[in-house]
Amino acid sequence: MSATGIGAAVRRKEDRRFITGTGHYTDDINRPGQVFAYFVRSPHAHATIRSIDVKSATAMPGVLAVLTGAELGADKIGNLICGWMIHSKDGSPMKMAAHPALANGKACHVGDPVAVVLATTLAQARDAAEKVKVEYAVLPAVTDPAAAQKQGAPQIHDVAANNTIYQWHLGDAKAVDAAFKSANHVTKLDIVNNRLVPNAIEPRAAIGDYDSGTGTFTLWNTTQNPHVARLVIAAFVGMAPENKLRVIAPDVGGGFGSKIFIYPEEVVALWASKRVGRPVKWVADRSEAFLCDAHGRDHVTHAEMAFDVDGKILGLRAKTIANLGAYMSTFSSSVPTYLYATLMSGQYEIPQIYCEVDAVYTNTVPVDAYRGAGRPEATFVVERLVEVGAREMGQDPAELRRRNFIKKFPHQTPVIMNYDAGDYNASLKKAMDLADYKGFAKRKRDSARNGKLRGIGFSTYIEACGIAPSQAVGSLGCGVGLWESAEVRVNPTGSVEILTGCHAHGQGHETTFAQLVSDRLGIPIDNVSVVHGDTDKVQFGMGTYGSRSGAVGMSALVKALDKVEAKAKKVAAHLLEAAEGDIEFKDGKFSVAGTDKSAAWGDVTLNAYIAHKFAGQELEPGLKEGAFYDPTNFTFPAGCHICEVEVDIETGNTEIVAWTAVDDFGVVINPMIVEGQVHGGIAQGVGQALCEGAVYDKEGQLLTGSFMDYCMPRADHLPSMNVDTTVTKCPSNPLGIKGCGEAGAIAAPAAVINAITDAIGTEDLTMPATSSAVWLALQKANRMPHAA
Amino acid sequence: MAANTAAVSLTVNGKPVTAEVDPRTLLVQLLREHLRLTGTHVGCDTSQCGACVVHVNGKATKSCTVLALQLGGANVLTIEGLAAPDGPLHPMQEAFRENHGLQCGYCTPGMIMTAVDMVRRKGNDLDEHTIREELEGNICRCTGYHNIVKAIAAGARAMRGTSAAKAAE
Repeated sequence: MSATGIGAAVRRKEDRRFITGTGHYTDDINRPGQVFAYFVRSPHAHATIRSIDVKSATAMPGVLAVLTGAELGADKIGNLICGWMIHSKDGSPMKMAAHPALANGKACHVGDPVAVVLATTLAQARDAAEKVKVEYAVLPAVTDPAAAQKQGAPQIHDVAANNTIYQWHLGDAKAVDAAFKSANHVTKLDIVNNRLVPNAIEPRAAIGDYDSGTGTFTLWNTTQNPHVARLVIAAFVGMAPENKLRVIAPDVGGGFGSKIFIYPEEVVALWASKRVGRPVKWVADRSEAFLCDAHGRDHVTHAEMAFDVDGKILGLRAKTIANLGAYMSTFSSSVPTYLYATLMSGQYEIPQIYCEVDAVYTNTVPVDAYRGAGRPEATFVVERLVEVGAREMGQDPAELRRRNFIKKFPHQTPVIMNYDAGDYNASLKKAMDLADYKGFAKRKRDSARNGKLRGIGFSTYIEACGIAPSQAVGSLGCGVGLWESAEVRVNPTGSVEILTGCHAHGQGHETTFAQLVSDRLGIPIDNVSVVHGDTDKVQFGMGTYGSRSGAVGMSALVKALDKVEAKAKKVAAHLLEAAEGDIEFKDGKFSVAGTDKSAAWGDVTLNAYIAHKFAGQELEPGLKEGAFYDPTNFTFPAGCHICEVEVDIETGNTEIVAWTAVDDFGVVINPMIVEGQVHGGIAQGVGQALCEGAVYDKEGQLLTGSFMDYCMPRADHLPSMNVDTTVTKCPSNPLGIKGCGEAGAIAAPAAVINAITDAIGTEDLTMPATSSAVWLALQKANRMPHAA
Repeated sequence: MAANTAAVSLTVNGKPVTAEVDPRTLLVQLLREHLRLTGTHVGCDTSQCGACVVHVNGKATKSCTVLALQLGGANVLTIEGLAAPDGPLHPMQEAFRENHGLQCGYCTPGMIMTAVDMVRRKGNDLDEHTIREELEGNICRCTGYHNIVKAIAAGARAMRGTSAAKAAE
């Protein structure tokens, strides 16, 4: 392994600009003559818009225009769409309601944009927004997903009776029923997977800039996938043809899924820019972000697991109601279906699985993918059932897991997925050793002496990453292919630019992609630059989410590098006056087999461009190659997280006293970056388990609408984490990579709740397990305060 | 610019500056919009996230919570002033890089400015508990804080005996 090659903990190339304050995030960019957009948003969760009077707002100082849904419609700007078709079990297509970028006659959640003010300064735009007079007729609202389907619930969209978008299922219901009939024990749980607000620390932003001379639009945008944004805004919204729309995603300050989607604000920034003839800038306030960034999770589930007399799992069934909010966001339909039920087998051999999912509209912010997207929800169901099952049957939870692990690969689950490789025993064993599982009983006694309840919780999770084989997702309803592209441009002096359709917003691609190139071509890592996030530079790509950049994006890069090497060998053959078949390439040097003749990388690259040694008819000058890579399977990272907690009996406060994570991500390019991804994922999972939760009141007002009310995990909520790996290579891609981005967020919630419920001796606990929730659970279980 | 403006003169990163601002202009707006020092970020509107932390007269201050006009004669240090462009990094910046204490980079300038102030107040030997408690006003969504805590401890040690701590004041 070289100091900068695959497997090295290379310090990040991108860091200098971030630690010196010289990064370029969207809000750091200003266009000459730009004006500012400020949105007037509905204060009501559900209301008919009777009228909008913009007269006095338009007369305010600095105001160029006040625009509403009427103008948007007049200009034939199309609706936002959900790009993944789900069919109900009766065969009917999902009920997608119109989602205009500015509300047209009706507001469906608090924060729904109703009008936009464009003014010379942001302060002027804000001042004028207060003068926009909107007359609302307030309608009853519904925010709870289970309540939304009930008879008499407020109806949000005419197309969706009972607010039901689809009633989907996966698996064989009859076979599962038969399995349950033969069971020795059945574990049953009612689970709420709490609604989360992604809260990347950089708020979303957009600058739209229309050039009337060429008829082209440019959008600077906080997006994880600029090409997908361009495709949707061109093909569905109809702003401009793709070749007349450039989307630039500069430095982006975190995404976690929330910056995948195409939102109203960027559409309005582009459209308004043409309307007023000036660049239009919009930057979300944090309070605004709470009301307009897609939220995550929000499932209500009943789940059951059947065991035989030996504790072998016979079957699993689950019924979930998924809250998709007021409109269907870009990929919302796929999250509680193909990204959820397909993971219900966990790491276990489960002969029969049946999962039903109803997706519903409510008067809340739209819900879509958030770190893990469906997989954390599935893992929580499976890992709670297994843990509680073990407790009910009086078995060791680790032993019960081990008995049910899948041990032979490939393994076809009853829910579509075909696991290709893994060693679940290995990660469980390593984690138990690192966590000193054997010493837990003593630690529990020690805690009890200090008046604390100690608990330990496992989560042996699996996820499907490397999203995704295009044919497979196409057959399941996805509107796009999920391959990735890469281009390698070699310069005459031998330095290299990599163009990738992936996009980094914290993942460190400028380093890891360069490591691969440095490793392969034997050139210094500083001679490799990574270009991403601009549709005018990179031909096409599907962006970054679902841990796809390593497994899919880097596989495309390997293919392009193969082509570069093949072409360079041809050039070297001419340069060294040898047969092409005799040229060997190693450590940045081309040599002729069996001789001492060789040429350095830089000699060959220069000769590729000066083209003095070969005729153009014989070999094209230049050295630039591109490739598209379409994966043949998902990848299946898996591992074991063990959480140990101490609960204060008096206050219900939970302290995480130890965290052990052993993950199998396949081949690791940069262990430092991978560990960082695991840390961050665990923090988000711990946040979900202990403190985060979006709360709406009955009228549909978001009560947790700022960092004052929504509890973000802070440094003192979290412990230092013991993070390690085991490795089975992924057989389906050239580098053997599985992906690491979501693991922590997927594994953590179940590990935390399993640990707390182990400590307090009752399963009746809902996330977030705040001090008051744990205290109440203790009270309810009558373990307060001396019974412990 | 609105007609109702006032002038403020202060020192930013060692340079005297005078700006004509709307009275409601916040320090962070003065830095980002008037002086184009965009390293100081805005991550919230309730003074919670700490992405906007700068030093005012040597003390860590949330620049989203101070009016520019309050700062006549003040000495402000931002992330851009912590080390000379293209020069060696401040030990705390170096520690964040070395310990992978950042991912997306958005909270990082505020984290580093907070950390340097933490060393000024608490010294060069910072234990994990102290660092975690002291970070209560800074939110990071990427790192889980693990490597930020490591970076601050290492940066604090590296600042011992250097002029960096003094320079920051």
